[in-house]
Amino acid sequence: MIEVSHVTKRYGDKLAVDDLTFTVKPGIVTGFLGPNGAGKSTTMRVILGLDAPTSGSVRVNGKVYRDLPAPLQEIGAMLEARAIHTGRSAFNHLLAMARTHGIPRSRVDDVIEIVGLGDVAHRRVGGFSLGMGQRLGIASALLGDPEILILDEPANGLDPEGILWIRNLLTGLAADGRTVFLSSHLMSEIALTAEHLVVVGRGRLIADTTVAEIVAQASENSAVRVRAPDAARLRDLLAADGVTIVSDTPDVLDVHGLDSRRIGTLAAAAGIVLYELTPQTASLEAAFMRLTGEAVEYHAGARATAPATPIAELERAA
Amino acid sequence: MSTAAAVDPGLRAGGRGRVTQVNVIRSEWVKLWTLRSTRWSLLAAVVAMTGLGILVAVVQMNRWTQLAPGDRLRYDSIDTGVGGYHLAQLAIGVLGVMVISGEYSTGMIRSSMMAVPRRLPVLWAKLGVFSAVTFVLMLVSSFVSFFVVQAIVTQHRVQHTLGDPHALRVVLGTSLFLTVLGILAIGIGGLIRNTAGGISLLVFLLFVLPGITDILPASLANSISPYLPLNAGFTVATSTFDPGSHHLSPWGGFALFCGYAALAVIAAAVGLLRRDA
Repeated sequence: MIEVSHVTKRYGDKLAVDDLTFTVKPGIVTGFLGPNGAGKSTTMRVILGLDAPTSGSVRVNGKVYRDLPAPLQEIGAMLEARAIHTGRSAFNHLLAMARTHGIPRSRVDDVIEIVGLGDVAHRRVGGFSLGMGQRLGIASALLGDPEILILDEPANGLDPEGILWIRNLLTGLAADGRTVFLSSHLMSEIALTAEHLVVVGRGRLIADTTVAEIVAQASENSAVRVRAPDAARLRDLLAADGVTIVSDTPDVLDVHGLDSRRIGTLAAAAGIVLYELTPQTASLEAAFMRLTGEAVEYHAGARATAPATPIAELERAA
Repeated sequence: MSTAAAVDPGLRAGGRGRVTQVNVIRSEWVKLWTLRSTRWSLLAAVVAMTGLGILVAVVQMNRWTQLAPGDRLRYDSIDTGVGGYHLAQLAIGVLGVMVISGEYSTGMIRSSMMAVPRRLPVLWAKLGVFSAVTFVLMLVSSFVSFFVVQAIVTQHRVQHTLGDPHALRVVLGTSLFLTVLGILAIGIGGLIRNTAGGISLLVFLLFVLPGITDILPASLANSISPYLPLNAGFTVATSTFDPGSHHLSPWGGFALFCGYAALAVIAAAVGLLRRDA
């Protein structure tokens, strides 16, 4: 359990995290989502006691990080920025870390096996590829066999094989009942493994919700695309309470509130020719953007715009 | 590479340890010896400490008849015996800075601080491990250099034994001086957090400052220069001082040098606690 309460972090005059409050619940995977520069890495550094919050506090299993008697055995972390001396071998790095807690050498061999670095464990880390570096980061996080894992953008810059590996690893950790707090700027990546979502933008909390809720929203708002030469007549026919119809081009209608079977039946009864009748499933990414779009508008007082805009804005601001 | 290993029960392992000062020292011991740069620097310090004095002694003995009578009279083979410190101090100082600045430049410091969030035990462990290793290596090197040099200078009957005045104090003092120099360097490295900057400050304090005071008027220089870090530290490693030189007493100078090192370490400790990692 990680409790972040009213954390603000300021670097000089730059506000990186702004009054952030959320809880990472035990036993599930929580996604930490937001565009680059939204304050995710800063929040993680504050949780891990690396950076002191300007105000507010963080508790890990009820304690401030620096008061944990054996931090690596309660919470394992992999930060986005490399945190390993390039001149040391993977084995020696892990051994030095293990020594601080009196963790046996056999555990070092175990985590090297788990992340599949056996062949290169005695080579200098400086020569590691990005993927090998990520694996070593994961090995460091697993070293103390902690219940909580914090992973900052673990799939960043990985090749497809590496991404698949991370995904399987996360699934395994989740199945194992561990608490995982995982940051990413990609919804698609998070949605595959996370149950809960904490969304931030510009250092502020935008949403604290579940993936299921977002999926539900996404299907609720899904549309049916209809192409018909006589779109105007079809439009009148379909118009009813709870039905919205959007039309960008004259012969195409996006119908919300009716399913394709109902639209087809109505059209046939009225003798209207259809060229296309396609259910549109809103992607998670789109649902996420709608969610953050509304949230940004609500929390930050930004203008109401098309769903995609706020994120793009944030990215530019960052 | 195995992906199935992720759910392997082996994932759940591990005894319950805890962070103690002894464990952190064991960790720093591993860190010190597992870097190639550290091993080379320590080897360089040992070679310099043993080799330079011997080399100088050989040259001096070969030129003995050409030396001025006054120089021959003042010749002190104890100082030649520990002369290697003039070179060894550079290797020890640079390594001392890097022991800590290397962690900042590579990001390793984040791993160290996550493992030991109280932070200070890491600094104490670095100081303890590095100064113990430096002291032992430099003590052995100083003795070797001393005895070999005495054997060489026997040909002109200017040798000393350990029992002679100053001899034991200078040999021990050389190792102590180099050890405290290493401590000062770690303090500077922890304060500056950057290898180039840390080494620059160390070189400035130790080697450039004395040069600057040399160009001051003599009266002013004489009242400042004995208190400069290196001039103070040297005293304990010196048997015969230059005629007319202004210097502190051996142990008084060394105590002042320890004071400088303590200041650097305290500043580093405060920075470590107050600043973000």
